[in-house]
Amino acid sequence: MTVVFYILAAMTVAGGMAAMLLKNTVHCALAVTVAFAGLAFLFLDLDAQFAGFAQILVYVGAVAILVVFAILLTRGSETPKDGVASKHWLAGLVIAAGVFAVMGWAILQSAAVLPHEMPVPAVTVLDIGNALVTRYVLPLEIVALLLTAAMLGAVIVALHEKEAAQ
Amino acid sequence: MTPLAGFLLVAALLFSIGLAGALTRRNAILVLIGIELMLNAANLNLIAFWRYGPHPEALTGMMFAIFSIAVAAAEAAVGLGLVISIYRHAHTTDLDMMNRMKG
Amino acid sequence: MIEKMDQIFVLLLHWLTGFLPAWLQAIAGVVICVAVIVCLYPALFALAVLLERKGLGRMQNRYGPNRVGPYGILQPIADGVKSLTKEDIVPLSADAVVHFLAPVVLVVAVFMGFAVVPMGRNMVLVDMDAGLLFYFAMSATTELSVFMAGWSSRNKYSLLGAMRAVAQMISYEVPLLMSSVAVVMITGSLSLTKIVDAQNSYTGIFPHWYIFTPWGFAGFVMYAIATTAETNRSPFDLPEGESELVAGYHTEYSGFKFALFFLGEYVAMFSISGLGTTLFLGGWSAPFSFLTWVPSWIWFFSKIMLSICVFIWVRGTLPRLRQDQLMNFAWKFVLPLTLLNLFVAALWRFLGEGWERWVFCSAILAVVYVAMGLVEMRRDHFGPRKYRYAE
Repeated sequence: MTVVFYILAAMTVAGGMAAMLLKNTVHCALAVTVAFAGLAFLFLDLDAQFAGFAQILVYVGAVAILVVFAILLTRGSETPKDGVASKHWLAGLVIAAGVFAVMGWAILQSAAVLPHEMPVPAVTVLDIGNALVTRYVLPLEIVALLLTAAMLGAVIVALHEKEAAQ
Repeated sequence: MTPLAGFLLVAALLFSIGLAGALTRRNAILVLIGIELMLNAANLNLIAFWRYGPHPEALTGMMFAIFSIAVAAAEAAVGLGLVISIYRHAHTTDLDMMNRMKG
Repeated sequence: MIEKMDQIFVLLLHWLTGFLPAWLQAIAGVVICVAVIVCLYPALFALAVLLERKGLGRMQNRYGPNRVGPYGILQPIADGVKSLTKEDIVPLSADAVVHFLAPVVLVVAVFMGFAVVPMGRNMVLVDMDAGLLFYFAMSATTELSVFMAGWSSRNKYSLLGAMRAVAQMISYEVPLLMSSVAVVMITGSLSLTKIVDAQNSYTGIFPHWYIFTPWGFAGFVMYAIATTAETNRSPFDLPEGESELVAGYHTEYSGFKFALFFLGEYVAMFSISGLGTTLFLGGWSAPFSFLTWVPSWIWFFSKIMLSICVFIWVRGTLPRLRQDQLMNFAWKFVLPLTLLNLFVAALWRFLGEGWERWVFCSAILAVVYVAMGLVEMRRDHFGPRKYRYAE
């Protein structure tokens, strides 16, 4: 529970809250990018360097830009007339609070059996590469197929409407 | 409070913030942002348990998190493509307006 | 003596931190190294700006700036004073917070990239196991700052410039990564120090740099194209094309913030050419085996300055590419060739030593390059232009 962890946790949670509370959609997208970066640093704090750098590369470098492009293409930067929260916002908040309460209680109740200090795992990128092509080769191939399908699907969904509009 | 409990609490908090956002905001893109936050919170959970679990050299948690990052990116792309094409049709991204099945 | 000259900065660092108590030494060492990097690269930036203006001027048959000092060498100082003392104008309707943060994020992300580049023997700031991945993660962050700059200015031209710049940077990021993956495949590690160590051997007098192999040469050419596009340099500088978009995404910036954008662009050029020399040109190793007595950091910085001169040369020579031409080029030509390069690198590794691998690899690359050039880049699209309007 070092100082670094508290600072990073505060940054991440603040980014997440700002993302869900701000009025301007582009500001929300930038705040969630801060949350993604904070999470990447938390991964680095957990000695998962590959996951941390992959998180920055994929989320900050690609998903955030994708979200921002989508906001610009749908004129989302104009604030809606009726406010930013939907009609049933209270129910949503109560449900989220309930979920957090249950999870927090479960974590704190079992805190006694959670391990206190574990030695740093000596994991190199070579081990990850080895694991990817020996033990996890099937998920790797399936994810490749999935990414290809997602790419083709996104292009077709976006393209089809353009031709229909013309 | 153990370090693992700290990370799990942060993940739970982030998950519920994402859930609250996904359930309360009007704009479809902000709902997708909430979903991405929830996925990220789950990734943090996975990596925390990998680090403080019994067999970190088996790399299970790290692999799961990496595949989850890849799949979440693909799902964000497809979801945002859908939102864009719905906007072209309905000229709004307001989820409260989209309460009819008929086009 | 040769050893001492080679390691002079490392020895200097140890001597300086020797004055401090033991628990402070590591942190002080890192702080000193970071301070040196933050001071050195802006100084090189000043030199590069001068070189660019004089060099471009000569290529365009005119003198560059020649008023400020003898042959204009004090021009960077004049530029620095001007940009620091100019009024900082922020448009009234601009988004003040994001407008302020955009150059900051750019400069921070660009300087972070220097943490993993080995600038000499034992002269790397952090020897990370996944150093190359860290570098690409930092360069992915610069795209976000370009978007922030363009959007926060609330100016149509800025937004258009920012969108073009981000689309271009994303398109060329994939060939950039894929051409480096071939190097990683052959070396077997993502760590930049190991990549340099693998290139540091000699057969006879010739070094084992990766650029002297068929796949390395093709990879280097594609890497060079991708870096020119990633840093928005000519011929890929449509996002900041002066004749089209005023100044693109940094239209509404003046004074120090514009200087930060300018600094960020040039330091990104240094950083990415540093990475290119590490991956393909052997990093800090000498070109011939009889030249290893020259200190390693001299070789590294000469190679970087050579890359900058090539960037300036290309800027003065080639015309600008149109947006659809450059996106076409990225996705339909460079990306398939980088994938083929991966295959050729694997073939190189598995054919073993001998003349066969040279012949086969070069033949495959040359044939596919010519075939794709004839097929993909045909210019039979002349005729009345079809317009597609954004809605």
